Amino acid sequence: MPTSIPKEELMAPGHTACHGCGATLAMRYVLKAMGQKTVVSVPASCWAVIPGAMPFRTLDVPMVYTPFAATGASISGLREGLDIQGKTDYNVVGFAGDGGTADIGLQGLSGAMERGHNVFYIMYDNEGYMNTGVQRSGSTPYGAKTTTTPVGKERDFKKENKKIVADMMIAQNVPYVATATIAYPEDLIRKIDHAKAVHGPKFIQILAPCPTGWYYPPEKTIEISRLAVQSRMFPLYEFIQGKFYLNKSFKPVDVSEYVKAQDRFKHLNDDEIDNLRKYVDERWNQLLEWEKIYSEQKE
Amino acid sequence: MVLVPVSTVSTRNHPTDSWRIQRPTIQYDKCIRCMICWKYCPDNAIEIENGDESAPNERIAKMEYPVINYSFCKGCGICANECPEKCIDMEFEVIE
Ligand SMILES: Cc1ncc(C[n+]2csc(CCOP(=O)(O)OP(=O)(O)O)c2C)c(N)n1
Ligand code: SF4
Ligand code: SF4
Ligand code: SF4
Ligand SMILES: [Mg+2]
Repeated sequence: MPTSIPKEELMAPGHTACHGCGATLAMRYVLKAMGQKTVVSVPASCWAVIPGAMPFRTLDVPMVYTPFAATGASISGLREGLDIQGKTDYNVVGFAGDGGTADIGLQGLSGAMERGHNVFYIMYDNEGYMNTGVQRSGSTPYGAKTTTTPVGKERDFKKENKKIVADMMIAQNVPYVATATIAYPEDLIRKIDHAKAVHGPKFIQILAPCPTGWYYPPEKTIEISRLAVQSRMFPLYEFIQGKFYLNKSFKPVDVSEYVKAQDRFKHLNDDEIDNLRKYVDERWNQLLEWEKIYSEQKE
Repeated sequence: MVLVPVSTVSTRNHPTDSWRIQRPTIQYDKCIRCMICWKYCPDNAIEIENGDESAPNERIAKMEYPVINYSFCKGCGICANECPEKCIDMEFEVIE
């Protein structure tokens, strides 16, 4: 009987991710879409420890550990080296966290995209530096409690809005840019299939809920991923060679449903939730605007 | 020529059953074989096997069905939470 996503598993069980880890599902689905002829480069992040300590590995494809800021440089070199060896049919995939992408790896990413290497850069976005104990990143949303934005008497939760790397990649006119999340693996895999048809750099940002750092029970990972889309906190879109498609085919829910499901937002009062609601509406209108602009350009 | 340290042992040799506090059990007589539990398991601990006798009806008995591999299941509960038939029970493990 056919399953809704490929049966082939290139990520083994026995890895050391936390119970209910969304980042692990992101890797599992990405490899299902990429297939056996794939090389993965991973910087310092949860995914650098999920495969286990020496002598263990958890991927059935080669995986290279790279320094924190170097994912972009690493995939550039891997690509050019493989091409010289005639291995042009291999997928080269950078798989980095949000800290390693939105903050420390940003210039390396931008450089690799600008040079036009035929690579995939996957940003698995758990909205914080989780591997080192839940610190704030540029990709952490407004309102979240982290260990560097603690909430005590001072209510020092994150006051700045999320920096959205996928939007920056569109501004840089990267040939393929998309956002995805693990509650919708069929959509994620379809997007990677679209990306494969594009020769050049490809960037996909995958929201990967993290029970440990978002403070919710592990069985809720898929539910929260779904709520992120429905509440428009994490809109799904695709930008293919200058055309922009926004996914509107979901039942919208209020931001408060997303916020109330996670203890990282527990402290927020009604006014603060309203700030998030306004932000979400503004961003949604901006994306609708982009859809118009990019479709007019191409007519 | 190997220039850097290379890990070669698959974590398939690294069971994670001791991590489990709650144990999922599938009630096969209610399961419709949709494979949603398999799709969302972050630990790849649900395997797909060929037809099973204890199915709700003959048609379903011929279909592939999900089998939990308890050597790797960490008991996160995602499968039970996402199952559309609510036919996966979570129960606390008992240490003998
Ligand atoms: C240059 C450098 N600075 C700091 C670290 C410590 N470090 C390791 S993983 C990590 C957090 C990574 O966060 P992110 O990229 O979001 O991945 P996540 O852990 O959330 O999966 C940090 C700060 C490091 N390994 N190298
Ligand atoms: S801290 Fe979060 S992202 Fe990291 S392994 Fe645990 S659940 Fe996964
Ligand atoms: S409880 Fe979690 S780890 Fe165990 S089978 Fe279900 S989804 Fe997989
Ligand atoms: S999700 Fe539930 S109904 Fe579907 S295959 Fe799994 S146990 Fe059966
Ligand atoms: Mg992170």
